[in-house]
Amino acid sequence: MRKSLVNGMLILALAIPTQSVLAKSRILATGGASPIEGGGGGGISPWAVIAGYASTSEWGSSVFATKVATDDLQLDVAGVALGFNNRFELSYAEQSLDVDPLGLTLRQKVYGAKVKLFGELLYTKMPQFSLGLAYKKHRDPAVPELLGATDDSGTDVYLSASKLFFAAVADRNLFLNATIRSTAANETGLLGFGGPEDSRSIVFEGSVVGFLNDQWVVGYEYRQKPEHLSAVAENAWQDVFVGYFHNKHLAVVAAYADLDEVAGLPDQTGSYLSLQITF
Amino acid sequence: MSSPGFPLQKVSLVMLLVIAAGCASLPAEKPTLYQQFGGAAGVNDLANAFIMRLAEDPLVVDSFADTDMDQFHGHISDQFCNLMGGGCEYTGRDMVEAHQGMNIDPRQFNALVEDLMQAMDDVDIPQGAQNRLLQMLAPMYGDMVQ
Repeated sequence: MRKSLVNGMLILALAIPTQSVLAKSRILATGGASPIEGGGGGGISPWAVIAGYASTSEWGSSVFATKVATDDLQLDVAGVALGFNNRFELSYAEQSLDVDPLGLTLRQKVYGAKVKLFGELLYTKMPQFSLGLAYKKHRDPAVPELLGATDDSGTDVYLSASKLFFAAVADRNLFLNATIRSTAANETGLLGFGGPEDSRSIVFEGSVVGFLNDQWVVGYEYRQKPEHLSAVAENAWQDVFVGYFHNKHLAVVAAYADLDEVAGLPDQTGSYLSLQITF
Repeated sequence: MSSPGFPLQKVSLVMLLVIAAGCASLPAEKPTLYQQFGGAAGVNDLANAFIMRLAEDPLVVDSFADTDMDQFHGHISDQFCNLMGGGCEYTGRDMVEAHQGMNIDPRQFNALVEDLMQAMDDVDIPQGAQNRLLQMLAPMYGDMVQ
C-alpha cells in the first residue's frame, strides 16, 4: 500500500514535465532547498515556500538526496515533493540513521502536506505564511521504545513565515524564515515519539539566508528540539551552509552541522551535503 | 529535564534582523542608482534588452500584441529613470490603469521579473544595483496582478 503511494508520487513527479513544460515560472531559488523531512525549506527546517517552481496553474516537483555525517552518526535521506499553483505541496521522505558505536540503524518515513495561507515571498510587505503537517512513522521502534518513547508514529504541525527582502544588507537580498512547530517527535522522530517527560512540545526554528547573487547563498539555521525522553538528552540543532542554485533543475547545499548530543553521543558535529533536482 | 526554555535571545536576533531589514536605508555617499545603471544611455540599453526578452517570452508576448512598442520603450525608460532618481518625468498611465483588464496572473508577473533580471544581466548591471531596482519595482505586484 505504502510502496504504491511512493511509486505513484514518483511516477507523477516524472510525468509532470511532459504535461506542462512551462511548470517553472517562479524565480530561481524561491522553491528553497530540501530539508531532511522533505518539502521546501532549508536543511533542517521547513519554510513557507512551496517546493519546486510552479506558479499559477502549474505543477512542479523536486527529488533530493541528503547525507549528514558526524563523528558517530550517518543520516541518509531521500525524498520527493510535488507543488501545485504555488499553493499546495505534498512530500515524502525516507530517513535512515546509522548510529555507528551501537551498530544500530533507525529508519522512518515522513509524509508531508503544506498549504500557503496568505502573503507573498517576494512582492508584498506581508510575509508568506504556510501551514504544514508531517506524519512520521518509525520503522524500527524497538530501540526508541527501550529509551522510553511512547509511540512509533507522530504528526508535526507547523506554521512558517518566509520573506525575501530585496537589497537589504549591502544591497544584497536577505531571506528570513521563522517556523513554530508542535511535535511529539524525539530527534525528529528517529528516537520515536513522546516519552516520560512530556508527550508534545512547541519548538521554534529560524533561518537566515543571504544571497551573494542570484545563484549563491550563505545561511544559518537553528532548530529548537524538545526533551521528552529521560534516558537520553536532546539538544537544539544548528548549521551554517552554502547553497548553489545552478538553474531551476539543479541545486546543491553543503553545510557544517552541529547536532550536539544525540542518542547519548555527545558533540555530534559534521558535514551536511544535499543534492536537489527540480522540474 | 523539563521542557526546553524558549530561545529568547535567538528569537530576538531574528526579529531584530527582520526589523533592520525592513528599515534599512541606503548610504548616501555611493553613486546614485541612475549612475550605476549608466545614466540615460544605460537605461535606454536596459529598456531595449528588456523588450527583447519580453518578445521572446511566450508567457507575456501576447499581452503586448496591441502595444505601441516605441511608446512602451519611452514609458519604461522614463519610469526606470524616475524611480532611479534620474530626474525624468513619467507621463504614462498609472500602473493600475495601464494593466486593468489584462488579467495578469502571478505566473506572468514572475515571467516579467525574470525577463527584467535577465535583461539586467544582458547589459551587465551590477548585482547590488539590480537588487535595488527590483526592491522598487516589487510593490507593483499589487497594482498589476488582479
